[in-house]
Amino acid sequence: MTTVERAANWARTRSMFPATFGLACCAIEMMATGAAHYDLARFGMEVFRASPRQADLMIVAGRVSQKMAPVLRQVYDQMPDPKWVVSMGACASSGGMFNNYALVQGVDQIVPVDIYVPGCPPGPQSLMHGILTLHDKIMAGEIVR
Amino acid sequence: MTLADYLPIGIMAVLAVAFVTVALGVSKFFRPNRPTPEKLDPYECGIVPEVEPSQRFPVKFYLVAMLFVIFDVEIIFLFAWASIWTELGWYGVAAILIFTFFVAETLAYVWKRGALDWNVRRRARYLTEDIQEAA
Repeated sequence: MTTVERAANWARTRSMFPATFGLACCAIEMMATGAAHYDLARFGMEVFRASPRQADLMIVAGRVSQKMAPVLRQVYDQMPDPKWVVSMGACASSGGMFNNYALVQGVDQIVPVDIYVPGCPPGPQSLMHGILTLHDKIMAGEIVR
Repeated sequence: MTLADYLPIGIMAVLAVAFVTVALGVSKFFRPNRPTPEKLDPYECGIVPEVEPSQRFPVKFYLVAMLFVIFDVEIIFLFAWASIWTELGWYGVAAILIFTFFVAETLAYVWKRGALDWNVRRRARYLTEDIQEAA
């Protein structure tokens, strides 16, 4: 990895803006992760951007229904490169406890996922561990955008 | 005031243009550029756009712009008078008062006619009472 790539990866890691895609109960845990006790802002993710145009990281937090799937894909498409996806919770990773016709069984059927965070819901520490693992993977050059 | 006195402004203008050019140019050089049709769609909270939004806009914005132009030109004339008003004396005061009176008359007409109202139902303003009853 060249120095420029390393510098770019460092900058991208330290200033990742998450896009809010809180759909269900995992969104509460995501809010808790951003709140005061488990503070995501100390890792550079101060603001959860509401618009995908200004976001790097999409944290899919919650159940994705079949009706929501095209919306999810469109929002993902409208994020500018480089972009990463964290699938938070059991429902986003695999459909969770809802093994039925109404929910998408795993959000990786729609968008490419970089990190899966298990849990129902994953506590703030788990989500933060997932995000920091994503940072490590970017810094090590495993994910190249 | 020689021309050299304006040099700081010229330098600042050059620096402003240079800053914008460097910021946009360097980022354009370094960032990835991968446009897809979905990415270029207007953002509609994830809904795929089917219909272009209508391009109509309310006429009151045109009125505001037109009135602004008229009163802005008046202000320019007032500035011109104000910069040398002591040398023009009472004759200048009288001339500018006549000019301002005519523009103020325009303002009174516009005000009374309801062009400055933003969200008032305009028909109610100058209907007389018996027509209002029938309406």
